[in-house]
Amino acid sequence: MELFINGIKETGEPCTIAELAVRKGLAPGALVVELNQQIIKQEQWSVTALQDGDRLELLSFVGGG
Amino acid sequence: MKDDVLILGGKSFTNRLLTGTGKFAAHAQIPKMLAASGSQMITVALRRIDATAQSENILEYIPNNVTLLPNTSGARTAEQAVRIARIAREAGCGDFIKIEVITDMKYLMPDNWETLKATEILAKEGFLVLPYVLPDLPLAKRLENAGAAAVMPLGAPIGTNRGLETRPLIEMLIENCTVPIVVDAGIGKPSQAAAAMEMGADAVLVNTAIATARDPEAMGRAFDLAVKAGRAAYLAEMAEESTLARASSPLTGFLDD
Repeated sequence: MELFINGIKETGEPCTIAELAVRKGLAPGALVVELNQQIIKQEQWSVTALQDGDRLELLSFVGGG
Repeated sequence: MKDDVLILGGKSFTNRLLTGTGKFAAHAQIPKMLAASGSQMITVALRRIDATAQSENILEYIPNNVTLLPNTSGARTAEQAVRIARIAREAGCGDFIKIEVITDMKYLMPDNWETLKATEILAKEGFLVLPYVLPDLPLAKRLENAGAAAVMPLGAPIGTNRGLETRPLIEMLIENCTVPIVVDAGIGKPSQAAAAMEMGADAVLVNTAIATARDPEAMGRAFDLAVKAGRAAYLAEMAEESTLARASSPLTGFLDD
């Protein structure tokens, strides 16, 4: 399965958003997920299976003025 | 002064110093700065995750009684700003949004045109929009008509600490706008924040000058005092300037008369 994560093509086993976050070692508290330009709330991560060609943005809040 | 509240998007604030979370040496300095400054609104930014960097959640350092003001920094178009605003709201940051659209990377000048377009869209979607702009009166009136909750003109380019270089232009906004005017960017010293408040700005937003001071907590306190002093002076209505001296002591009844 091919995914575009933050603009970079990645290949991996089919998974849900929750599984992807664990695989990448991302703490859920700080993570904001946009899938094909739609925000996916944290409650939905474990039931949202990623599809081949999906475009994911993995975001977080950072310091800024 | 007790009833002197700042209303932004229908919400009351008793403190007129807005702060930012950028450039702090450690996130742990942020809650201390907030406590010392009394700031009730603070900006945050949204970025792609950097898997190699610390994955601390900056929101955990902001107490619940402080209102979040996510910004759209990184946006180069109105469409990108709108997208970031929607993400921030969906992520639980509330309805406030600071629109920041920048295409000029040398001076970080805001793109007023794209900012207006984003304001028009987001205000209709119920956002409480605080657009960051180069001070321009006709634009400010358009922002007001578009439903902006305030207008945030820059004093000087971001991070320069040069103060109120755009002063006469900001004065036009203060004189002619009905929405609050928040001087954002460029304020480097408490005295400059006081000057902005003396001239009638409704609030100031300070990030770099506090975050990169040797002691951000103490500098937050200093800015709070300056903003309060400037606001009090504005409300007290300042005495007139004059070219020639006007004696403060009587000019009659000297000993040798």
